[in-house]
Amino acid sequence: MTQLTSSDADNLLLRTDRKTGIIGYGAYVPRYRLPGSEVSRVWTGGKGGSPVKEKSVAGLDEDVVTMSIEAARNALARAGIEPCELRAVWVGSESHPYAVKPSGTVVAEAIGASHNIQSGDWEFACKAGTEAMVAATALVGSGMAKYALAIGMDTAQGKPGDALEYTASSGGAAFVIGPAEEAAVLIEASYSYVSDTPDFWRRPEQKYPEHGQRFTGEPAYFKHVETAGRVMLQQMKRTPADYNYVVFHQPNPKFPQKAGATLGFTPEQIKPGLLVSTIGNTYAGASLIGLTAVLDIAKPGDKILMVSYGSGAGSDAFSLVVTDKITARRGLAPSTADYIARRTQIDYAMYTRFRDKIDMG
Amino acid sequence: MEIPRHWRLKQQRYALMGEVCPHCEVKIFPPRDVCPECGGEAKTRFAFSGKGKIYSYTVMRDAPSGYEQNAPYTVAVVALEEGPMVTAQLTDLGEEPVAIGMPVEMVTRKIREDGERKGMIVYGYKFRPALRA
Repeated sequence: MTQLTSSDADNLLLRTDRKTGIIGYGAYVPRYRLPGSEVSRVWTGGKGGSPVKEKSVAGLDEDVVTMSIEAARNALARAGIEPCELRAVWVGSESHPYAVKPSGTVVAEAIGASHNIQSGDWEFACKAGTEAMVAATALVGSGMAKYALAIGMDTAQGKPGDALEYTASSGGAAFVIGPAEEAAVLIEASYSYVSDTPDFWRRPEQKYPEHGQRFTGEPAYFKHVETAGRVMLQQMKRTPADYNYVVFHQPNPKFPQKAGATLGFTPEQIKPGLLVSTIGNTYAGASLIGLTAVLDIAKPGDKILMVSYGSGAGSDAFSLVVTDKITARRGLAPSTADYIARRTQIDYAMYTRFRDKIDMG
Repeated sequence: MEIPRHWRLKQQRYALMGEVCPHCEVKIFPPRDVCPECGGEAKTRFAFSGKGKIYSYTVMRDAPSGYEQNAPYTVAVVALEEGPMVTAQLTDLGEEPVAIGMPVEMVTRKIREDGERKGMIVYGYKFRPALRA
């Protein structure tokens, strides 16, 4: 591998010639909640602890397409643009309903986008949504498009009885990316860091993922999240104190808090974007929906660092600045807290029915 | 095989896309190109807001073929804000009791899946209790 020259190494951030930003954002969390105590009751006799209080569960008639449609409608309502002005509809997920047939075209048709768009499904475990966001930023930043829609959404899979079953949940968020002049949030720069890491995977035809136990923490999540965060801070010539909020991918409450502390962030900067205890890990939606919760409360001028993580593995970091346009827009769609408050608890039996775990013969 | 029918009706099913009569302004759903009020030609597209109220409802316990997976489920006649009545499933009820006059909003959901994990997934409108009444 050719080494980067020192000037290249000082210029790792992705920045567009034409300034871009988030014009509108929208979250979606399904109504149903499975308490961690239910998983523990069934698989450990109630003796095992749960990393989260509860997780969100998609209803019988929901999938990544239907949830993306609702998040996209919320993002468009806040953006205040006509859906036909979009030039891309991109959905990042690891639970696309079809193996072959794009989710994006159904979403585009349902939200009233035109047929003159880019549409494709993105896949990179839990960072498929932020990868779509980088692409949307580039499409707008290059001048090829005025607006592009990027979505991260999942109905996450976890094997019955596996550690992931406590947290693997459903939900996500959508973002309309557009020119900076219209933005509620400016995108200053992004930076991505990836490597071949065998921490988590799912082969074709398999219903549930496998995870390489000892890879999950240090060589996977922490290495990529902390590197992406550190490079972003260094190259923006900033310190953690320059940011009001930080949002991380959140597979459990512990990992993002530990990564945040290592980078130098305080619990107060982390907490508003940390939703995993109440909705679980929405995989490709996890960092993005954390960002929506922050945007629901952020003030103009606030700076936000977001770092996603996807197994296999990689992280996308975004440096964001909230503009004064946020104030008028945030009320135009339900807040993330509204969705979290809309809650019906289910037991493990109902969960197995909702998540198609019962063999009907 | 109903694939052509699903494809033909996708805009009205995904997004409540109807028509408005250019002669008497009546909103039309489902779209039928002829105004049911004045009989004039009505081909102007009109996107319904999806807001409405429950006019009547019933619970389906013995579901028709293809819908058994969702039973029991509630079907309602919804009076849309713009006028027309539509029949649709209710969803996301949780523990909320259904009542006549209850405000509801349209959501796009999975209606059914054709064939055992091989066929097309059919999406369309359902209504749920309004998130922000």
